[in-house]
Amino acid sequence: MERSKTRKSSLPYLLILPTLFFVAIFTIWPTINSFYMSLFRQRLNLARFREPTFVGIENFVNLFSDPRFIQVLNNTIIYVIGTVPLAIFLAFLFAFLVNQRIRGVGLSRLSFFHPSILPMVSAATIWMFFLTPDYGIFNEALYFLGYRGPQNWTANPDLALISIMIVALWKNAGYYMIFYLAGMQNLPTEVFEAATLDGASTWQKLRYVTFPLLRGTTLFITTIAIIGAFQTVDQIFVLTKGGPSGASTTLLYYLWQVRFEFQDVGKASAITVVLIVLLLLFTVTNFVLSERGED
Amino acid sequence: MQLSKDGQRRRWNTKKIFAMLITWTIALLWAVPVLWALVASFRPASEPMGRGDVWFGSMLTLDNYIKAWSLAPFDRYFINTVVIVTMVLGVQLVTITLAGFAFAHYEFRGSKILLFVILLQLMIPTTALLVPNFSTIRFLNLYDTRLAIAIPYFGSAFGAFLMRQAFLEVPHDLVDAGTIDGASWWQLLRHIYLPPTIPVLVAFGISSVAWHWNEFLWPLIITKSDAARPLTAGLVRFTQLGEIGAQWSLLSAATLIVAAPLFIAFLFFQRRFIESFVHSGLK
Repeated sequence: MERSKTRKSSLPYLLILPTLFFVAIFTIWPTINSFYMSLFRQRLNLARFREPTFVGIENFVNLFSDPRFIQVLNNTIIYVIGTVPLAIFLAFLFAFLVNQRIRGVGLSRLSFFHPSILPMVSAATIWMFFLTPDYGIFNEALYFLGYRGPQNWTANPDLALISIMIVALWKNAGYYMIFYLAGMQNLPTEVFEAATLDGASTWQKLRYVTFPLLRGTTLFITTIAIIGAFQTVDQIFVLTKGGPSGASTTLLYYLWQVRFEFQDVGKASAITVVLIVLLLLFTVTNFVLSERGED
Repeated sequence: MQLSKDGQRRRWNTKKIFAMLITWTIALLWAVPVLWALVASFRPASEPMGRGDVWFGSMLTLDNYIKAWSLAPFDRYFINTVVIVTMVLGVQLVTITLAGFAFAHYEFRGSKILLFVILLQLMIPTTALLVPNFSTIRFLNLYDTRLAIAIPYFGSAFGAFLMRQAFLEVPHDLVDAGTIDGASWWQLLRHIYLPPTIPVLVAFGISSVAWHWNEFLWPLIITKSDAARPLTAGLVRFTQLGEIGAQWSLLSAATLIVAAPLFIAFLFFQRRFIESFVHSGLK
């Protein structure tokens, strides 16, 4: 049954127009423009390259033969693979913990969730102290647990990327928890009663009942977590500035650097294209996977 | 099977206490960063931290807040953030309601394609398009204004879609009755579609405010003066002032100044907040 007024009228178009106008100017046009500008050489800090010159796919060839860019791609992939599954695991654990009927659940939920309403730059500023060598609390705690490795997390090439991942993990796990919690509270109780009667342990119920039933939630969280991971740069600005020597530079941070520090518009446009393609590739793959899973 | 009721209860109790201890321990660990920042922000600046001495100083003081405020115009940043967030939300509420209504109520040529075009914004987030959008803002002569920070978000694919879904839930009978009574589109929207969907608008509003309050990268590149700079960009500028260095109590105070308004609002409206987050995510 359709509720439509199929009267030929321009009204629906007029109602959509404001949204369409802003989407066209700030999403559609810039996407097209990035593809177009990625075929030009334009560097604003060099007089002879200030005017755009058509160079074909030169920007892309340069990018993919540049070890610096390969490092950036690697870092981005490590960042995504390192934070997303772990954040989802923690989110599931937290949701399970605060979904129990025990005292202090409200306060615990608040504790897990509160980092997600902090601005990332605030979170990173606090963690700047936690990661301080010698007396920073994170290092103190690790020392207490027997860790004797290097402590200058943000300045060590092997640890810089990990330190920005730790901050993201701390900030995001509680946010994803909310979705699991909502899912868990909507699960039918009969299934659990049946499982209990069959003598299933808590772990077995989690593993074979809760987790499979929340598959849709997991898929949804995975999607927003990955799209989010491609966009997180705030803590890099505060903690590492992409260093040391590029060790913690991710795609979006590199994009910012190329455009606003190196003033290279052509190369920045090419990186934007790579970013758009990666995002679309991911969203479509995820959509296809979820459609297939629903059969 | 002769398991006494008493024994069963005791086992159950041990299990419950164990679960409680684990939950509390992890929750406490998770809260340490913010708890520390809160404590540290009241520590006298004259007492530098050292190994094992990072919490309370000899007394509590508000000096760090006063000093942070004197080193950077946080009141200015605060007003800017409020103006930006209000601008975004104000325009969004209008655009998403109208678009959601059009997609839910009318059938018209090209509606599927138009919806798809708008939904592209979900797949290609505005953040990724900062390079071309920067050029657009320059072209529009809006560089270093609060409007420049807000304008890319005036159209929200997410919000339009959310409202479309909410409007589709409104009972047909009501709409039909309204139509038979000769209500105009505006009266239908105002008296039939909107009343039951206000909670969705509120939920969208809360998550929009939270998102734009915390946004950093776009405001950073599109501003150059304190006249337009919001709290987040102001804080990062503050942390990089040469004279700040490792004065952790001062940094904590500045950090909390930036986070506090939203944080306090959250404490008051915790349930609403969490519900709105769930709502805004699970379309």
